[in-house]
Amino acid sequence: MAVTKDTILEYVRNEYLEDGDDREVTYDTPLISGGIVDSFSMVSLKVFLETKYNVSIPDAKATPEAFDSVDNIIALLKELGIE
Amino acid sequence: MPLKPSNMKSYEEEVKTFSWDISKDELEYKDGDIINIGWYCSDRICEKGKAEKLALIWESSKGEEKRYTFNDLRLITNTIANYLKNLGVNQGDRVCLFMDKIPELYMGFLGVLKLGAIAQPLFSAFGSESLLTRLEDATTTAIMTQKKHLPKVRNILEKMPYLKYIIVVDDDGSKALREREFALNIGTEKMIEEFEVFPATAETKSVLHYTSGTTGKPKGAQHVHYSLVSQYITAKYVLDLQEDDIYWCTADPGWVTGTSYGIIGAWANGVTQCVTEIGFTADNWYKFAEKNKVTVWYSAPTAIRSLMKEGTACVKKYDLSSLRHLASVGEPLNAEAVIWSQEAFGMMFHDTFWQTETGSIMVSNYPGMKIKPGSMGKPFPGITATVLDLKTSEPIIKKGIVGMIAFKPGWPSMIRTYWNNEEIYKSKFKNGWYLSGDRASIDEDGYFWFVGRDDDVINTAGHLVGPFEIESALLEHPAVAESAVVGKPDPVNMEVVKAFIALKPGFDADKMLELEIMNFVRKKLSALAMPQEIEFVDSLPKTRSGKIMRRVLRAKEWGEEIGDISTLENDM
Repeated sequence: MAVTKDTILEYVRNEYLEDGDDREVTYDTPLISGGIVDSFSMVSLKVFLETKYNVSIPDAKATPEAFDSVDNIIALLKELGIE
Repeated sequence: MPLKPSNMKSYEEEVKTFSWDISKDELEYKDGDIINIGWYCSDRICEKGKAEKLALIWESSKGEEKRYTFNDLRLITNTIANYLKNLGVNQGDRVCLFMDKIPELYMGFLGVLKLGAIAQPLFSAFGSESLLTRLEDATTTAIMTQKKHLPKVRNILEKMPYLKYIIVVDDDGSKALREREFALNIGTEKMIEEFEVFPATAETKSVLHYTSGTTGKPKGAQHVHYSLVSQYITAKYVLDLQEDDIYWCTADPGWVTGTSYGIIGAWANGVTQCVTEIGFTADNWYKFAEKNKVTVWYSAPTAIRSLMKEGTACVKKYDLSSLRHLASVGEPLNAEAVIWSQEAFGMMFHDTFWQTETGSIMVSNYPGMKIKPGSMGKPFPGITATVLDLKTSEPIIKKGIVGMIAFKPGWPSMIRTYWNNEEIYKSKFKNGWYLSGDRASIDEDGYFWFVGRDDDVINTAGHLVGPFEIESALLEHPAVAESAVVGKPDPVNMEVVKAFIALKPGFDADKMLELEIMNFVRKKLSALAMPQEIEFVDSLPKTRSGKIMRRVLRAKEWGEEIGDISTLENDM
């Protein structure tokens, strides 16, 4: 399945923002360092990406920096051969 | 930074001469006097001539900075107390503080105490169900929160008829507030110069901190204003807080460290502290410490291990020469991390051990005392500590034998009860000792060495999570027939939650379901409670009486001996 920024962005908005949380989240919004996705919730984001794109993300690559924005996630997936 | 003499001159000498009267004398408190933590942390410091001294340097997640003096603290806490009083909040009412690490959280806490109400801080990442469990138990009267967390409160509102006031601290008027909702903006509210602080006495209830156990719902540990006597002096001696320090306690006030030492200990000592909302990365944290010239840093092993992962090269990018004392809390700090901190910062993190129930530091490493990397340290002067034989509950005399860490009751910040659960509170005492639920041994030099919990509670990133609460949430998912939750070893967080799940017929054990269940628990309870790993199984190990044997699953995860399985019903 082709990776789209919007699919990932929509997932983040739906899963990690409460209803009524009107913070703007865009492709380069810091997700982890900005407190939108905490370090414990990161695992669920990893499982989502692995399930959605049928990829295995090595633990060593699943770092807070790699997951810190939709743009970063796209770059990580590209590195793993998923585009 | 050049070394300066520490507040505690010599541990060995202090142990011989210490009494809690030292703390009381410095606080100018005599038994029977009025003692209100809110007043001590703000008004008293102003009266000591430090009104214009910085109390709080706060930074938002976007890098916006706000600064508050002790006089600002005095005025804002007066204003919040007055606002709550005018709304109808009374002495003894529970007021929940359900906010991110924003100034209103810190000041709201003290404002509630000035009113004589009971502060009930809760971690803002809790989901609706976790919130309901704790508010229901305490029949909370009011909650101070932010717009972004309002939906979680609204979701459970009809189940909480006793919750009369929902105070929104960042309402901008863009959407109408609903019934029971009120706006309080400390930026625009008229400051109250004089407020009649509630004349609390030693045993007046102050703070209600919820903590998890193996079974049952989380329990409210009830503290009193007299806890200040412990918190003041331990902050002074263990954290070595001094007049010109810039102190950074990284703990969230939803947890006891964030109140005992992120508010009370620091401000009762009249010390400037800094707080940031910014998410953790090594660079973010070092930048913050450098910018504010932090001198004393109180953090947690999970964070320290994460910093260690980034290495010393990252540290060297920043000027952290202001640092002079480091301390750690929440779970045992492994020797490797202690040694690394010497290499990275030129000084070691001092491990400290205490609990929600103890209210203040009980066993610790001290400035000037030799640190044995990996050791909890020695009992705080004034604390009588031992390890008890697990069968007889008698103190173990022989060194190096593992037993239950126990303390002689009566230190000032000891909890007075669990809210609505006097029976469980009484079970914490045996043979004249308070039972910590943690196990350790004591070496020939009197140093304590942590071994583990005595129950099934999971310590993940320094926070206790109860398996029962998570299993109960899992059972609410339509696919889950049975579940067992244990802690699984993790190099950074010490333990993380792992769930073993037997599914109902008709459900497939696949990654989609795993993700669905993870998110289900995360939203219901919290990210901490969310299983970091799910293993689908055909059945769970049970005794013949049907009790799930979590210890069998746990032992496998930790590579330990499974122990007696004679009562096991089914094969593993």
